[in-house]
Amino acid sequence: MSAHSITEPSSGTKWIAGILVVGYAVVTLIPLLWIVATGFKTPADAISYPPKVVFDPTLEGYVNLFTTRTRVTPEQLEALPPPEGFAEEIVRSYGMVIAGPSRFGERFMNSVIIGFGSTFLSIFLGTLAAYAFSRFKIPLKDDLLFFILSTRMMPPIAVAIPIFLMYRELGLSDTHLGMILLYTAVNISLAVWLLKGFIDEIPREYEEAALIDGYTRFQAFYKVVLPQAATGIASTAIFCLIFAWNEYAFAVLLTSGTAQTAPPFIPTIIGVGGQDWPAVAAGATLFLLPVLVFTVLLRKHLLRGITFGAVRK
Amino acid sequence: MAEIVIKDLRKEFGDFTAVKGSSFTIADGEFFMLLGPSGCGKTTTLRMIAGLELPTSGEIWIDGEEVSKKPASQRDIAFVFQMFALYPHMNVRRNIAYPLVSQGLPRAKVNEKIAEVARILGIEDILDNPVSGLSGGDRQRVALGRAIVRSPKAFMMDEPLGALDAEFRERMAEELRALHDRMGATTVYVTHDQLEAMQMGDKIVVMNHGVVEQFGTPQEIYDHPATMFVADFIGSPPMNFIPFEGSVSPGAASVRVAGTQIALPALREEAHARRMVLGVRPEHVRFTDEGAYRGRIEAVEYLGTTQIVTLDAPNGTLRARLPSSDVVRTGEVVGLDFVASTLSLFDEASGRALRTAANEGVHHG
Repeated sequence: MSAHSITEPSSGTKWIAGILVVGYAVVTLIPLLWIVATGFKTPADAISYPPKVVFDPTLEGYVNLFTTRTRVTPEQLEALPPPEGFAEEIVRSYGMVIAGPSRFGERFMNSVIIGFGSTFLSIFLGTLAAYAFSRFKIPLKDDLLFFILSTRMMPPIAVAIPIFLMYRELGLSDTHLGMILLYTAVNISLAVWLLKGFIDEIPREYEEAALIDGYTRFQAFYKVVLPQAATGIASTAIFCLIFAWNEYAFAVLLTSGTAQTAPPFIPTIIGVGGQDWPAVAAGATLFLLPVLVFTVLLRKHLLRGITFGAVRK
Repeated sequence: MAEIVIKDLRKEFGDFTAVKGSSFTIADGEFFMLLGPSGCGKTTTLRMIAGLELPTSGEIWIDGEEVSKKPASQRDIAFVFQMFALYPHMNVRRNIAYPLVSQGLPRAKVNEKIAEVARILGIEDILDNPVSGLSGGDRQRVALGRAIVRSPKAFMMDEPLGALDAEFRERMAEELRALHDRMGATTVYVTHDQLEAMQMGDKIVVMNHGVVEQFGTPQEIYDHPATMFVADFIGSPPMNFIPFEGSVSPGAASVRVAGTQIALPALREEAHARRMVLGVRPEHVRFTDEGAYRGRIEAVEYLGTTQIVTLDAPNGTLRARLPSSDVVRTGEVVGLDFVASTLSLFDEASGRALRTAANEGVHHG
């Protein structure tokens, strides 16, 4: 008879749990896999029926994503010097030449600037506010906290029209600053509440010890509290980044050129010279990467952050 | 090294008054105990001395300087927290170095001081360990190391032994006292454990509901409690209370309880037709054959060298501490005799001890 502890699940339970987890992972990952695969197909393969699971991979989608192309006559094509690099070769096989870079790189950078900018600002302001709410006596503290939370109680898009008008008045439409401020405003309530929870869990004695040891309140905050709150800050940052990175509705409404982010830009690719699904899929794949990398880098913190406070140490 | 003087210190948290006008003086180099049940204001008092809490009113003098408005970082005192509060993201060495780093001391000097402190506390071999894996005793030593490393004017300790296992407590208490004797620095120590206070303290302040009940040496407080609260709080089992009604006048050296004259130290004040309480420590109760004040033995608790005998006496239950060698039988009725010079007399309404020849000079709060 095998002895196992009461708290340890039996091997049968573990098997069932394992199958469920793998099953869930397969179901959620198939669409992702499909997007990644489509990015490497030719437009014909992408829309073939029945769908092709095995295909000849090509970088055509990525070339089309990053370039603009013009059609030339066969005579002109003949007259050109031999193609330089694989990109030119692919494009010429369709009787076209590369006319220049597409807007994708620019839009992608906009997403990076706005996504990370608003995440940084949310975390910076959120940490300071959360610390103050956690440690100081503030008049009407509970009401203020509730007010901050209440900004999250309606879908942000419900105030789209006032924001649209306000941004036009203030000249914030289609600017990086405008989008950073907007996403920060949406994220700040989440940041304050999450971070307050984390900071509440940090014993005050650490700061008091630092105060006694000859440090000012601010030094105690950034030398003792911040390192302790790193876990909470990391997981809050991931949540803020995911929102700002994926946000679509306001991006469509408020940006069209200079500050346009990748989400509203990617669908527009489809209209350029037929239904170029591989280029769209390539854009979507690249768009997924930063959040993926950021999350993987901070995954240890994220896992600890989500279960933080659940178990008393 | 410093004398600490507390004058009319008061602290209110909203409607709740945690400390109600405390005054006492802590002499230079004294090991000073703030003793009381939880919620009595002892920790708040300590935190006000340290500068972690601002007093509502009153004065705090450290080394001849009024500091009640100064931030903690400028008072040059060290604080040992109950949970030690070692910085979790630093190793032992950096924890101990932290107060020195804030002073901008050169690295060589810092290392020298850390080495010295580590030697005193016997923690040289764990200096480069992370603090998370340390045992309770080692955490305690590191916390002490962080406190003594910069030779502050005074040490504040908030129940520093409270987080330790019982077996370890005794040893750390001895280490703490030895460390204090060696450094001679003024130490203010908060505890709710009367034994710890008696064992380690030069002086004790007993607090209750934000009020200083008594202030004195452990002997004074044990032998001549200023109030019924102190008499009840100190000692295990606590002082016996024998309530009675009567009158006393200055010079009287006995009181009449349940028809029996009981001798006590000569009174220095009078009380007329009042409810009073005679206080007797269990070890001052003797069994005699002829005593007129008699009690019936209800229970016997054996404690090794002594035994605690519970008696049903005319004015309530009494407990006596007798040598284990005495033979006592449950159900037996014995005569009781009290050691006159040790008795206290309290006014029941106020709980205050009446002045007698024995307790003159005892400090009330």
